[in-house]
Amino acid sequence: MTVELEKLQSPQAHPVPARMESEMEHARNEGMPLATEMFEGHAVNRSAAERRAATIGARRSVKKAYQAAWLVNAVRCIDLTTLAGDDTAARVRRLCAKARNPIAPHVMDGLGLAGMGLTTGAVCVYPTMVVHAVRALEGSGVPVASVATGFPAGLMPLHLRLEEIRYAVGEGAQEIDIVITREHVLTGNWQALYDEIAAMREACGEAHMKAILATGDLQTLGNVYAASMVAMQAGADFIKTSTGKESVNATLPVGLIMLRALRDYGQATGYRIGFKPAGGMKSAKEALIWQMLMKEELGRDWLQPDLFRFGASSMLGDIERQLEHHVTGRYAASSRHATA
Amino acid sequence: MDTITGILESMDYGPAPEDSSAVRTWLESYAEGFGHFIDGAFTRPGEGFDVIDPASGNRIARVTQGSEADVDAAVRAARRAQPKWARLSGHDRARHLYALARHVQQHSRLLAVLESLNNGKPIRESRDIDLPLVARHFYHHAGWAELLEDEFPGAAPVGVCGQVIPWNFPLLMLAWKIAPALAAGNTVVLKPAEYTPLTALAFAQIAAECGLPKGVLNIVTGDGQTGAAICGHAGVDKVAFTGSTEVGRVIRRQIAGSGKKLTLELGGKSPFVVFADADLDAAVEGVVDAIWFNQGEVCCAGARILVAEAVAGRFEALLKARMKTLRVGDPLDKSTDIGAIVHPVQLDRIRMLVDQGVAQGAVLHQGMAPEGCFYPPTLATGVEPASVLATEEVFGPVVTLTSFRTPDDAVLLANNTRYGLAASIWSENVNLCLDIAARIKAGVVWVNCTNVFDAGAGFGGYRESGFGREGGREGMSAYLAYPRPKAKKAGEAALPDPQVTPHGEGTGEGIDRTAKLYIGGRQTRPDSGYSYVVSGAKTAAGLAGLGNRKDIRNAVEAAHKAKGWGKATGHNRAQVLYYLAENLSTRAPEFADRLRGLGASKEAARKEVDTAIRRCFWYAAQADKFDGAVHQTKSAHVTLAMHEALGVMGIACPTGHPLLGFVSTVLPAIAMGNAVIAIPSQTHPLAATDFYQLLETSDMPDGVVNIVTGPRDELARTLAQHDDVAAVWYFGTSEAAPWSRRKARGISSRHGSRTALPGTGWPRRGKGACFWNMPRKSRISGCPTAPDMLFGGACSRWPEPTRHR
Repeated sequence: MTVELEKLQSPQAHPVPARMESEMEHARNEGMPLATEMFEGHAVNRSAAERRAATIGARRSVKKAYQAAWLVNAVRCIDLTTLAGDDTAARVRRLCAKARNPIAPHVMDGLGLAGMGLTTGAVCVYPTMVVHAVRALEGSGVPVASVATGFPAGLMPLHLRLEEIRYAVGEGAQEIDIVITREHVLTGNWQALYDEIAAMREACGEAHMKAILATGDLQTLGNVYAASMVAMQAGADFIKTSTGKESVNATLPVGLIMLRALRDYGQATGYRIGFKPAGGMKSAKEALIWQMLMKEELGRDWLQPDLFRFGASSMLGDIERQLEHHVTGRYAASSRHATA
Repeated sequence: MDTITGILESMDYGPAPEDSSAVRTWLESYAEGFGHFIDGAFTRPGEGFDVIDPASGNRIARVTQGSEADVDAAVRAARRAQPKWARLSGHDRARHLYALARHVQQHSRLLAVLESLNNGKPIRESRDIDLPLVARHFYHHAGWAELLEDEFPGAAPVGVCGQVIPWNFPLLMLAWKIAPALAAGNTVVLKPAEYTPLTALAFAQIAAECGLPKGVLNIVTGDGQTGAAICGHAGVDKVAFTGSTEVGRVIRRQIAGSGKKLTLELGGKSPFVVFADADLDAAVEGVVDAIWFNQGEVCCAGARILVAEAVAGRFEALLKARMKTLRVGDPLDKSTDIGAIVHPVQLDRIRMLVDQGVAQGAVLHQGMAPEGCFYPPTLATGVEPASVLATEEVFGPVVTLTSFRTPDDAVLLANNTRYGLAASIWSENVNLCLDIAARIKAGVVWVNCTNVFDAGAGFGGYRESGFGREGGREGMSAYLAYPRPKAKKAGEAALPDPQVTPHGEGTGEGIDRTAKLYIGGRQTRPDSGYSYVVSGAKTAAGLAGLGNRKDIRNAVEAAHKAKGWGKATGHNRAQVLYYLAENLSTRAPEFADRLRGLGASKEAARKEVDTAIRRCFWYAAQADKFDGAVHQTKSAHVTLAMHEALGVMGIACPTGHPLLGFVSTVLPAIAMGNAVIAIPSQTHPLAATDFYQLLETSDMPDGVVNIVTGPRDELARTLAQHDDVAAVWYFGTSEAAPWSRRKARGISSRHGSRTALPGTGWPRRGKGACFWNMPRKSRISGCPTAPDMLFGGACSRWPEPTRHR
């Protein structure tokens, strides 16, 4: 036990995550002028998308050590999130503690990863909670992400939404998860959508911007593709499915279409855009299937936190239980693991 | 690199083997070899051959080569069991089929692993596709057994069915064959493919476990000789074959004239048509499902991609990128997309055809495949229509890519094949999809999906892809027989040769009348320049033209020009048939006189004309009532079954009842939209030649009915040998009938023969189900409902529902 504690406290416990190297490799998306021809008339067949999405988890399987590794990888891509009306500084600190040490030390030890310094990809909170998170994560290397722009509905005057971004950045958020105005998509007002997101990107400054499309509100996959493309053209670093507050959140068919959009944008511009499904994902099994989707559609590079994040909270608990089973052969009760 | 740290770097999938220990234990329990399953028990293993696991090349079992004696024992067992099985109530048979469905589900993993081990297909496919479809097929047909009396009134089982199935879907094809056969009250002798007999043997054990009565299902293993022995066995009433077109042709010749019913589901070279407005990513996944499903060993595989030139470059790039992520390897690994080719012999065939294609100019783009009996996913470009890769069924993971300019161009290329099994169309434009689906000659047309199957939709082909349908109502009817009109007298004597010399008996009163042939809406002299004597009541009744093969050729050409008839609405056709009745009614006395002149009594002549008028009304009534169906298949799909005319039919009319025999056979054909070449009663053709005046006055389009008088058997033979004749009906002596099949070259023609129906059979029984069943084929379309589009997703057209009421 002493040995483990020493490891955790030593400077090597927080090595530079592997993602940092590749993060440096690709240039940040600078965006481009609005080009509607890149998405207008782009056909998306829902049945076919659903069929493809449904077979992803059946076509691929990871077992034993591979499964454990894929689950560990999922952990380092999680934006551990709390976005509730009853959030408090203490609640955020507890979440941050979990982000620093997402998997119980004995499990990490059993996996042979005791010295890895595994953390989640980020912690995601409301703007007023950023300050608590930044303090709690000091020295951990775990970035703080903040939702902004009138999350979740986004129906605030634009200048207030932009101001909210600047506030969150000022508090120390390194990543900003913005929400788009769904009305602009539903009415096909691409210019307004583009202008709004471009302004938000500018307000983010150095902070990375994830554009939440709220795909559950957009309904059609054609809308999803178009909104993805506009967000990237306007300079989004990530495109993200959902706020977690819509009635339908991250689904595989929606994810598939967003991935194809960012692939197409990448082919047209050379920029690599990240993807973040969020909301509704609870099980370790889902964590595996989403990663399989990323690998099949985009390749291995999109299995790293600079290009892939999960917006989730309870999923981490299930992953931790699965990993414990891998190590001990026993299924652990959740009460045995530290809560987030 | 199996440390977690290492895996975190590579993020490889790693091995994910399906546990095969239960299957291997089962195989070990038959280490001395498998016998046949006859009369409810396994026979002692005899001389036989090894069964291999193609992925490893290892021997996994030994099975017995079925001899003629084995086949005979199996047929006898089936024969003994059949009456009692047929006498069971539909409900009791339904219970048995339900039990089979349940037990298949309960043993599903065992069967899936065994199938993958023996066939080489990925465990994902056997587990997620084959086995669920097998269970679905038994459930569906448990339903047909239950409803048989209500849904098929008057139908009876055919008897003993001999069934020979292929190696690509061993258990699924078994289900397709035996479920409808058993539901209908038939008993079965089935031969699984030589390479893949194991799931059939496991299924036999399951049938025994379910308490299926002994003799109802018999399984005889063996090679092609065993198959031939089954098909040729005199005790077999129906032959059903799925496999290569070559073997199908042999079987057809083998059983021609035996009176056995036949269903052939053969090869294909199905087009996969991608329009510019398609979701190209979706279409690329469609190609994966089309040709890289089951190693491409799929009869309905979309093997010819036809893509709009405007998007061809983009599509090809996307497809090549997708090929890179296909994993070829161990069939029992859960992450395998493409498994092993079924047998080294098949691998050699694939290599040979691809080599030939390359020699003819094809450029290959291939993925990776391990050493052994594997073949990489292959895209061939630069393939011209005459290339072997465009014409021959490869039955491997090889697809061609060709661009087209316009929709017409796409249809032309799609139909430029001797096959006609399936097609797949990709476009977000519903109007275009429906238009193109109707124009591609295939038994199944999928829209925005491919290789979607369901027990509730018939499956089968056009042209050299075979005939008959499997699945749904249409599949059931293939295993049912309807009592046919029976001759009161024992057949008719062979027809005399036509007398072409003057009879010297004088003509009756009035102006001399000349009966000509009627071709393409015109009265035509016979090419031969001869006429033959038509005998009458006392003296000769007159002369009729002596038609020959050139007249038949001209008539077939004329019939093909009458294309509008098949496209007309049922209402249009009904109007013409009603008008025909009206005009026949007006001239009833004249036709009655003609019949009296040919030897009928006054009362008989009046009755025959009256019945002919009624029959016109009956078929006019049917013309717009014979709807297709919307089948219940997959959720979020629409599956349409649409009837189609066969096209051009030849009909050798009965000898007796010169008018009614003609009307009763020609009208059902034209009511459904076919064009007909009729050979009227050879001895009494003049009622039919009088009839063409009615056709001329009843707005019947030219070429829909063509009449060639003359020597029946010779003319019928010419029709049967004509590639452009879709079907021939022959009403004559059973002695003369067989040639009409044996000489036919084409595989897909529905040539049927019925023996002579002299006596009074025609007036009373010459209408209804036994005629209604044949003169049409039908196809099915399925469209998933997709919220993005009013009508997106998948459409499939499958084949031939037949309705009897």
